[in-house]
Amino acid sequence: MAKIKLAKSKIDTLVDICKSFDNDGAELINVLHKAQETFGYLPAEVQEIIARELNVSVAHVYGVVTFYSFFSMVPKGEFPISICMGTACYVRGAEKVLEEFKRLLDVPVGETTEDGKFSISCLRCVGACGLAPVVTIGERVYGRVAAGDVADIIKEYQS
Amino acid sequence: MEKYKMHILICGGTGCRASASEAIQNNLQDALKAKGLEEEVQVVMTGCFGFCEKGPIVKILPDNTFYIEVKPEDAEEIIEEHIIKGRKVMRLLYTDPEKKEVVSDSKHMGFYKKQIRIALRNCGFINPENIDEYIATEGYAALGKCLAEMTPQAVIDEIKESGLRGRGGGGFPTGLKWEFASKNEADQKYVVCNADEGDPGAFMDRSILEGDPHSVLEAMAICGYTMGADKGVIYIRAEYPLAIERLKVAIKQAREYGLLGNDIMGSGFNFDVEMRYGAGAFVCGEETALIHSMEGLRGEPTVKPPFPAESGYNGKPTNVNNVETFANIPVIINKGAGWFNKIGTEKSTGTKVFALAGKINNVGLIEVPMGTTLREVIYEIGGGIKDGKKFKAVQTGGPSGGCLTEKHLDTPIDFDNLLAVGSMMGSGGMIVMDEDDCMVSVAKFYLDFTVEESCGKCTPCRVGNKRLYELLDKITEGKGTKEDLDLLRNLSTVIKDTSLCGLGQTSPNPVLSTIENFYDEYIAHVEEHKCPSGQCKALMQYVIDPELCVGCTLCARNCPVDCIAGDRKEAHIIDTAKCIKCGACMEKCKFNAISIQ
Repeated sequence: MAKIKLAKSKIDTLVDICKSFDNDGAELINVLHKAQETFGYLPAEVQEIIARELNVSVAHVYGVVTFYSFFSMVPKGEFPISICMGTACYVRGAEKVLEEFKRLLDVPVGETTEDGKFSISCLRCVGACGLAPVVTIGERVYGRVAAGDVADIIKEYQS
Repeated sequence: MEKYKMHILICGGTGCRASASEAIQNNLQDALKAKGLEEEVQVVMTGCFGFCEKGPIVKILPDNTFYIEVKPEDAEEIIEEHIIKGRKVMRLLYTDPEKKEVVSDSKHMGFYKKQIRIALRNCGFINPENIDEYIATEGYAALGKCLAEMTPQAVIDEIKESGLRGRGGGGFPTGLKWEFASKNEADQKYVVCNADEGDPGAFMDRSILEGDPHSVLEAMAICGYTMGADKGVIYIRAEYPLAIERLKVAIKQAREYGLLGNDIMGSGFNFDVEMRYGAGAFVCGEETALIHSMEGLRGEPTVKPPFPAESGYNGKPTNVNNVETFANIPVIINKGAGWFNKIGTEKSTGTKVFALAGKINNVGLIEVPMGTTLREVIYEIGGGIKDGKKFKAVQTGGPSGGCLTEKHLDTPIDFDNLLAVGSMMGSGGMIVMDEDDCMVSVAKFYLDFTVEESCGKCTPCRVGNKRLYELLDKITEGKGTKEDLDLLRNLSTVIKDTSLCGLGQTSPNPVLSTIENFYDEYIAHVEEHKCPSGQCKALMQYVIDPELCVGCTLCARNCPVDCIAGDRKEAHIIDTAKCIKCGACMEKCKFNAISIQ
């Protein structure tokens, strides 16, 4: 992994997070949740520090980070777009909506646009199946989205 | 406590909140204040009412008026007309689509008529963030009864007699599970609530936690009493922020009231609950995987035995139940096993909550007695298929279940019947599909999910499901052969027989059930290279009928890749090489001139 290049203040924050969980290896997932909340994602440097503080191997931390879909090693965009791919949304045309986002923003799922503005991800059911297909951008929920609406939705964030 | 003359209940479930129910609440409160009525009328944000299709829902008590599709700007009219003048706002009432009559009371709506609400009893009725409201509806009475009047064995016997089976999908008798955990001696035991609802298209557990969190806490304490555990852990998806928030509030309130903590109700029994967050892994619904995840490890399952009842969380005896299972417990204790086991069928007692979704008129959360038929659920409660289309299939059990057809519609829903027809109860997702859905694509959709969610520990699941997916992909690309169908069947059987945990043992079900029930559709894909529902992109082309096209240019203007050419008032042509098959042209055409071939 790359050499640690985090600022000192960020390292301190991370050390404090680990300490708040008693540097207990069994609390790894909780530590990772907190770290991702703080940094937005979990780059290699962050994982190395957590491994050191909890006294577990980096491989173990990396294994857990990559196992769970909630944890990400790449930063999300300023406006993270999530397309619900639960079954209810799927049968109401979520795939076409996803294709349109991918086509218009020209990025694959799981990646961020070059200007750092948008990232696309799929999620499994937000529980608003009555509004299927559902797209969320940040906290905002868009219901009954059709492929034809996608361009207008993106425009809202481009100004 | 304040005494109010009227109550306005607003649905605070995820779906309705997404459609501005918070703004509705604020506007209602402002309108009440403007009229000086804030002391007379209370506005309450409740859990999910279930009728998500028509949300946001606003209900007025005591007259039980049920308003649908309410917008923030309707608040003033509701206060002015209904609350002050006593006249119902007719335009916000539900109209029965068949009888064309306005129905003002939810009890008389087709959607609610056949439902019996046990697990969902308080959802949409009480304020989930107020413990007093839960206590007012017999809340914590069951825990009190257990601690004061019943021995742990008597509680277990009551649950056994009720016939309650695990609602997470497995259907294992709950009383028996509790008994196993109670018989294993240890210095520390744990009660775990599985709230890692991973089934795509299912939101039963989240709705219970959002609408009635105390019922789960109370049941966990009862379970702790029976098995001698003083610690409870709720393992919940991090993707459920609202449910997490409401649980936090509920735990805090229960501690303040002495209903969690040390010496509960002076009985000497100690029990407290903490939360652990999942991080998005479907396999963690499997109890051994869930326990590993709670320990901070990768959520990989292990071979049973040892069962968690012997060696679970931190190697100690652990009992894991799902949210809905727990939500049934207090009612069984309060009303008795004899009351509960008369509901439902002989071997599947009680009710089941389903998240009804897909191509159906009334999408929502429903709870019906076991033994209700699929037809009743889809047509009477669900209001039939959307846009007058033809019913094709209903999928139960999520990625582990199967697709059932017309001929299964009169099957009474219970654990054993669904297994017998090649599907399963699962956690309660129920997705309805119509004639436009391609069943090969649906099977591929589920396999795509399984491949992504397989933890990779055992080979049949890790490699086998990937191969199943590739075969299905080949078929939807029009490159499949008839031999591939046999291969699909054989491979499916091998994966089912040899996988380590429930995920792999059930993941081929969507493939097997669609081959069994929609064989002709598979044959059309592999022999004629056609997709009868026109869903498989590789097998279709959009064409414009020159006879019907009037040259209005609407399609050309809406084509995102400019592949439609033609002069005004002349028939247009689609350049099939450039076409990305998005369907925008067909949607826009007002003359039905564009079709799929």
